[in-house]
Amino acid sequence: MLRAVNIFVFWVLMVTAALAQDAPMQSVLKDHRDVIVKSSRKTIAPAIDAVATSGLAQAQQVLEAWQAKNMWLRKEDELFFRAEKTSSGLYALYDLDTGAQVGEAEKRDLRQIKPNSGIRAMLATALVQFQLSDPNAANRAAALQSLERDPSAAALEPLRASIPSEESVALRARKERLERLLTMAYDPDEAARVAAIKEMSGDLGVDVRATLNPILQAQVQVFDGDIPNDLNVKAMLIPGSDTLSLDQAYDLLVSEGLATKPLTPEDIRKALIANIDGGRVGGVPLVTLDTDAARAAAYQSLVEQGQVVPGVTSDQIGEIVAQYQFAEVYLDPLQPVTEAAERAISSINTRVAAGQGLDLVLDGLSLASIYFLAAIGLAITFGVMGVINMAHGEFIMMGAYAGYVVQQVIPDHTISILVAIPLAFAVTFGAGVAMERLVIRHLYHRPLETLLATFGISIALQQLAKNIFGTQARPLTAPGWLDGSLVLNDVVSISYIRIAIFVLALFFLAVFLFIMKRTRLGLETRAVTQNPRMAASMGINPGRVNMLAFGFGSGIAGVAGVAIGLFAKVTSELGSAYIVQSFMTVVVGGVGNIWGALAGATMIGFFQKGVEWLNPSNTLAAQTYMIIFIIIFIQFRPRGIIALKGRAAGD
Amino acid sequence: MDRSFFARNPSVLIFISLLALFTLMVTVLAEGFGVGVISTSFVKTLGKTLCLCLVAIAMDLIWGYCGILSLGHFAFFGLGGYMIGMWLMYERTRDIVVTSLSEAPLPPTEQEIVDAIGTQIFGVVGSNEFPLVWAFADSLVIQLALVVLVPGVLALVFGWLAFRSRVTGVYLSILTQAMTLALALYLFQNDSGLRGNNGLSGLQNLPGLEDVPQATISLWFLWASALALGLGYLLGAWVMSGKFGSVIKGIRDDEARVRFLGYYVERYKLAVFTLTACIAGIAGALYYPQAGIINPAELAPIASIYLAVWVAIGGRGRLYGAVVGAAVVSLLSSWFTGGLAPDLPLGFYTIKWVDWWQIVLGLSFVLVTLFAPKGIGGLVDLWMEQRAPDRHGADLGPDMGSLREKEALE
Amino acid sequence: MTTLLEVSGASVSFDGFRAINNLSFQIGKAEMRAIIGPNGAGKTTFMDIVTGKTKPDEGRVLWGDKSQSLLALNEAQIAQAGVGRKFQNPTVFEDQSVAENLLLALKKPRSILSVLFFRPSGPDRARVAELAEHIGLKDEMDRKSGELSHGQKQWLEIGMLLAQEPQLLLVDEPAAGMTPEEREHTTRILVEAAKTRAVVVVEHDMEFVRRLDCKVTVLHEGAVLAEGSLDHVTANQDVIDVYLGR
Repeated sequence: MLRAVNIFVFWVLMVTAALAQDAPMQSVLKDHRDVIVKSSRKTIAPAIDAVATSGLAQAQQVLEAWQAKNMWLRKEDELFFRAEKTSSGLYALYDLDTGAQVGEAEKRDLRQIKPNSGIRAMLATALVQFQLSDPNAANRAAALQSLERDPSAAALEPLRASIPSEESVALRARKERLERLLTMAYDPDEAARVAAIKEMSGDLGVDVRATLNPILQAQVQVFDGDIPNDLNVKAMLIPGSDTLSLDQAYDLLVSEGLATKPLTPEDIRKALIANIDGGRVGGVPLVTLDTDAARAAAYQSLVEQGQVVPGVTSDQIGEIVAQYQFAEVYLDPLQPVTEAAERAISSINTRVAAGQGLDLVLDGLSLASIYFLAAIGLAITFGVMGVINMAHGEFIMMGAYAGYVVQQVIPDHTISILVAIPLAFAVTFGAGVAMERLVIRHLYHRPLETLLATFGISIALQQLAKNIFGTQARPLTAPGWLDGSLVLNDVVSISYIRIAIFVLALFFLAVFLFIMKRTRLGLETRAVTQNPRMAASMGINPGRVNMLAFGFGSGIAGVAGVAIGLFAKVTSELGSAYIVQSFMTVVVGGVGNIWGALAGATMIGFFQKGVEWLNPSNTLAAQTYMIIFIIIFIQFRPRGIIALKGRAAGD
Repeated sequence: MDRSFFARNPSVLIFISLLALFTLMVTVLAEGFGVGVISTSFVKTLGKTLCLCLVAIAMDLIWGYCGILSLGHFAFFGLGGYMIGMWLMYERTRDIVVTSLSEAPLPPTEQEIVDAIGTQIFGVVGSNEFPLVWAFADSLVIQLALVVLVPGVLALVFGWLAFRSRVTGVYLSILTQAMTLALALYLFQNDSGLRGNNGLSGLQNLPGLEDVPQATISLWFLWASALALGLGYLLGAWVMSGKFGSVIKGIRDDEARVRFLGYYVERYKLAVFTLTACIAGIAGALYYPQAGIINPAELAPIASIYLAVWVAIGGRGRLYGAVVGAAVVSLLSSWFTGGLAPDLPLGFYTIKWVDWWQIVLGLSFVLVTLFAPKGIGGLVDLWMEQRAPDRHGADLGPDMGSLREKEALE
Repeated sequence: MTTLLEVSGASVSFDGFRAINNLSFQIGKAEMRAIIGPNGAGKTTFMDIVTGKTKPDEGRVLWGDKSQSLLALNEAQIAQAGVGRKFQNPTVFEDQSVAENLLLALKKPRSILSVLFFRPSGPDRARVAELAEHIGLKDEMDRKSGELSHGQKQWLEIGMLLAQEPQLLLVDEPAAGMTPEEREHTTRILVEAAKTRAVVVVEHDMEFVRRLDCKVTVLHEGAVLAEGSLDHVTANQDVIDVYLGR
């Protein structure tokens, strides 16, 4: 039985083999059989090219099968097939030209072609041209993406060829853009490259800069004699100037094998140690060798004894370097291209700088909103009522924890935020009212003691939060629709959370103004702040007004806590991180005035972002400079930016 | 008015005697002396407490007497510690480096030694070069001078800026807090030149005295701290007992009035601010060699606020109040937070003092401010009043006291 | 009689409100002057200008024989130049004894070092005792000034002014809240002081002003409305209008 099967199989094989011999793809593969089987990255390129450029419709399937390790070689006739393992353990063979199943074989009769990862990458590149015209849009997009990530000269022509037939508008735009970029980098025609570079020189995309930079890559080279005319020289370098120090020039000579390495103190030390002879080196006693000069002298004596080679002195370095010419040479030999690229990059850089300026303004604005939000409650309690509340930061923290607790109960983030904001307000409003009733009320007119008492509350609240929630940071997750950013271009973008905070800050500014200017409470608050005795005699209860105003300020702190918790880690120290800045905001802006808090927040926010921009690695330094700046600023405007003048200022 | 200084300030003599007695007792009972009832680490704790008492005196002078609630004096304290710490660390590392380099086949050059010290000290912040601030770290004399000069000059510059723009009251407090925060943040940076958040360590080892046991060194520092505290107390009492003290207390109670009497209020405030900053620096320079390590967290604004807490609980406006407050609160704090205090089981919940001490401290602080503005020192008044006839002195807080008096009349 | 203080064309406004409006004022070296005027007439602001607390927007303030401008000086320098001021509410250092208060005000070098090493000499103590007797507080020397009665505090403050030995005393409502006997005493102290120096008294109380028996300047809306003897100004129709309403 088995024998019969074998005979049958053999017969089938013979027939198919005969057919395969005439098939065009099979013959292409056959021509490169050895390198395909060898499967070495170094030699495989002609084989892949041959398949890819064969112009056969089946080329794509062959390359894909090859890439997926599904291409097998039948040992007996050395023909290639696509093979798939069947349920019976045999391998079904498919003809590479027709795609039809032509039989089955056992594994031992076959040999799998196993391309390594390097070859698979080459195959992927070769496949790009097919995939770019793939009927499936998703495949075209994927191919485009891989090409964008890893552009190559070879892809330029297939990419161009695929553009006219592209149906999708978006993909077509991407293809056209990529075509421009590839033209800039790889087009054999110099004029086409220059034209493409000029065309893209107004584009802020990161991809444009990423394409331009390699074109502009240059290398310092050393020349013995005149510089050949065919080199695209960026600049001549004079050794000893800022761009090329004498030592760098000499190091270059050393690395080019044109000079010997100079002696470092470390070399001298090693040479001396190597030549120690009974407590002496070159006749000099070891104990005296504790200065560089003594060591140099000892080395010199070793030189005289012929035990070591003399080193190069600094005078000699100058002389040697002077014998050569140094130039920075573009790797790209075409001068018009590099010139156009230099012009393009400088024009792009100008626009990037403008974009970064705008980005900085947005950053500053968002930091200012955060400070404003943190300080607005303080602007009421400290600014309007004159009560200094060191526990303000802890109210912010309480708000953030309230948000966290709500999220534990209500899993939907949108709803939980909507619940958390009023809840945080309620919780901190309550805490504020309680504190005003129990403590602050007894300490009006004793501001320093209020400061200390509220500080006592602050450390107690902080520790309480630690005891309840632990020391590790708790997450307060923003709803999904706040993820991501509003991207204007590759330079300027702003996250939705920051926009939300900005909006929230504006909202609370409006609420504050409404309450102070349009409601009874606001009127009474203003009356009580200006003249408590008079207000009291007109039937206003100053105690109640103070309590409500304090509660309101604390409540806003709680809401600010929810907002801050969305982007900062919620810990028991959340509030103390903002308290000093908040006070600074109010003091700098001008006490007793909401616009002052706004101006203060704006100034501090922008100043801090500005310093961070000048010194990006160091946000700690930015805060240090900000505080020093504030101290100096107060010299010139002791009452803040927006100062109340005259008797109202209370001097 | 014509009695002697000590007759006018009986508390000074009492305090000095008690301090001497205390020092003597600790010495006799300490390990270093042979008895060993008091462990070396506890001797260090007591020595450190004396330093805290000294900085509390500085705080009391500036706050209790001059009415400026400075939230920066612990920063001056820390700066003093950093200054002495630089010398200790440099010389100690130098000793180690020289010993290890002497094993090398060639005797080291001066440059090699300095490079090796640099690598040892700054390797932890990824550097091996000496920053400029370490220029004098090899000179004990200069670093000792810097212990006073650095806090002094900082206080002078900051105070000059703040006082000349007539920033007072809570604004000034916030401004000093901002200064402290700026300083702490600056020191937290790795490229501040003071090892970032690693701080300086190994300060308990005195260079050149490796053979002396810590038990003995701890006693030396105890004596030095006690001496500094005694001298600081004497200085504070002397300065505040005369007309100068009169002017300072006047500034506290009514700054404008003093100005209209023809005194340059800003200069007086600046003088007290700077003097107390120097005292704080000295206290810090004695404290940190006993603590062994200093890092920027020590300078954080919260530390300065705690200093104010000690003085307030002890009773401001009297030097012994500050000392008592600092000693009691800091010792209690370390007892509770050190896990030495027994847990308090309530049946349904066990109070672990490590977790709850801060809360107790915070709340008791509120209670003291509300109900006992004179602090522990007020107890002395109660005791004195039983002996002396009742005299209706106005209850004066250092701030706005006269204002309350005025309002009471209206 | 030479002029000690000359204020001319001074104006101050706070947020658009003109507290002092082109005010001119002169006083001689040994002269008593009363300034009266309704609330908001600018009496306190006038004293603020002279003592350097408020800088006028325009105008000149000239002082002494050399016609030195006071505008360039700060409060302490003006005080040292010889202007003493007593506030409306008695402001003495309540935590300190009467003697300490007087000693603090005593005309002595004000620099830090000289104050730090200052120890009262025999003559200093004698001077303090003399002043205390003059203001009627001899028996209260060692009491804390916070324990004094309201009137005693007023006297102590006047005593402190005298201890400064100023050439010009600015006294704001010295008799407020005093009993008739206390007023009598206050009047005596002020009249006595005016024999050797210039004294400016700001007062509401006409009866008290009458006792001072001196030239009167009436301020209204930041400017001088009338000047002359009390009888003269009280007969002035403008003054009557201002005080009694039209």
